[in-house]
Amino acid sequence: MLNLWNSFSQDWPTLATLILILLKIVVIMLPLMVLVAYYTYAERKIIGYMQVRIGPNRVGFFGRHAFGLGQPLADAFKLMFKEIVIPTKANRVLFVIAPMLSLGPALAAWAVFPFNEGMALADINAGLLYLLAMTSVGVYGVIIAGWASNSKYALLGAMRSAAQIVSYEIAMGFALVGVLVAAGSLNLSDIVRAQSGSLLHWYWLPLLPLFLIYFISGVAETNRAPFDVAEGESEIVAGFHVDYSGMTFAAFFLGEYANMILVSALTALMFMGGWLSPFQGTPLEPFFAWVPGFVWLVAKTFFFMYLFLWFRATFPRYRYDQIMRLGWKVFIPITIVWILVVGLAVVYQLPWWFD
Amino acid sequence: MLENYLPILIFIVVALAVGVVVVSLGFVLGPHRPDAEKCSVYECGFEAFEDSRMKFDVRYYLVAILFIIFDLEIAFLFPWAVVLGKIGMAGFIAMFIFLAILVIGFIYEWKKGALEWE
Repeated sequence: MLNLWNSFSQDWPTLATLILILLKIVVIMLPLMVLVAYYTYAERKIIGYMQVRIGPNRVGFFGRHAFGLGQPLADAFKLMFKEIVIPTKANRVLFVIAPMLSLGPALAAWAVFPFNEGMALADINAGLLYLLAMTSVGVYGVIIAGWASNSKYALLGAMRSAAQIVSYEIAMGFALVGVLVAAGSLNLSDIVRAQSGSLLHWYWLPLLPLFLIYFISGVAETNRAPFDVAEGESEIVAGFHVDYSGMTFAAFFLGEYANMILVSALTALMFMGGWLSPFQGTPLEPFFAWVPGFVWLVAKTFFFMYLFLWFRATFPRYRYDQIMRLGWKVFIPITIVWILVVGLAVVYQLPWWFD
Repeated sequence: MLENYLPILIFIVVALAVGVVVVSLGFVLGPHRPDAEKCSVYECGFEAFEDSRMKFDVRYYLVAILFIIFDLEIAFLFPWAVVLGKIGMAGFIAMFIFLAILVIGFIYEWKKGALEWE
C-alpha cells in the first residue's frame, strides 16, 4: 500500500496535465450531449418520414423554422422548468439518485473509446472489461428507480427490464468473447487494428452470428423497440420511470439515448473496423485516403444509430416470454457454438479468416 | 501504468457530476407546489389497493442466479480468449471441457423449465 502511494505521489500529475485531461473530457462530452439531444430529433423526424408524415418542423431559432432544429433545445428547456414530483411514499434519496446512476455510467463508458488511431482519452489494456463494467452499472439505475418509486407499476417494470437487461448481457458477453478470441487483446485500439484490411477483413464477416447477436442484444439492453416491454404503454404505463417527471425523467431519457449511441459506436468499433477505411488494400484506397479515420467511425456509428430508429418504426413489440426465450434459448447456444468455431479457427490459423 | 487510469477516474467523476447537475437543475428551476393528490401513488387513477412492495415471481430470482453463473463463466472465458493464440490446442481442449460442464448445467436447467416464461 505504501509502495503504491509512493509511486503515485512521485509522478503526481501537475495542474497542467489535470487541465489538459479536463479539456479532453469536455471535448468528448460536449459533442456527445449535443448528439444525444439531436438523436431524439432525428428519431422523431426519421420515424415521421417512415410513416409518411413530416415530424417536428415548427420550432426554430429566432423566429425561423429551420426544419424544426430547435426542437431538442425547446424540449430540454421545457423539462427544466417542470416540477419534479416526489411521491409521498417514495424513498426520497434513492428516488433522486436513480436517474443520476443511469445517466452517469452511460457517459463514463466513453472514457476508453478510441476515436481514431491513438485518439483515446485513456488507451488502457482492459478497455473492453471497463466498458462491460460501465454498461452493467446502468442496471442499478433501473432497479433503484423501480424500488424507490414505491409504485406497483414501477416495481414490475423495473423487474422486467432488469431481468431482460441481465439476460441479454450474457449473450453480449459471449459475443465479446468471440471478438477477443479473434483479436487476441482487450485493448479497443488493438481490436480495431486486428481488423485492418478491406471491409471483408472486418469481423462482421468471420463473426457474423456474433455480430448480429451483439447488435440485437444491444437493442434489448437499451430497452428499445421491439424489446421495450418495460415501457409497454398499454400494460404498465411507462415501466420503471412512471413516477418521474421533469429533469429526473430527462436524465433517464438522456441515459437511454447515450446508451444507444454507445452500443452503435461499439458495434462499429468491434465488428465494422472502427476508424478503418473500407477500401484498405483495394485499388480504390488512394481515392479515399483523404478521408480521416474519425469520419469513417462516425459514419459507421450513424448507420447503426439509424438501425435503432428503423427497428422501432418497423417491428411490433415482442411478448415478454418471447424475449426471454430469444435471449436464453437462441442467442446463448449460438454464441457458445460460435466461440468454439472461432477458437478452432484461431488455434489452427485457418487462413481465410485469420491470416 | 497507473497514470493511464487517472483520466478515467476524472471522467467518471465528471460524468456523475453531469448527472447531478442535470437533476439539480430541475430542482432549482422548476416550481415546488406539492399537494396530497399530486404526490399520491400513480395507479391509473385508483387509490392503491395494497402495499406496492409485494411478493414477486420466483423466476426473476432464478434469472438473477443464472446470470451470476453465466457472468462468472464469461469472466473465465475472457483471459482464455486473449491468450488462445499462445496456448494452442491444449488450452482449447481445457476450455472445451469447462464449457461442456457448463452446457450440461444449462441443458439441465432448460429441461427443468427454468427458462420457461408462461
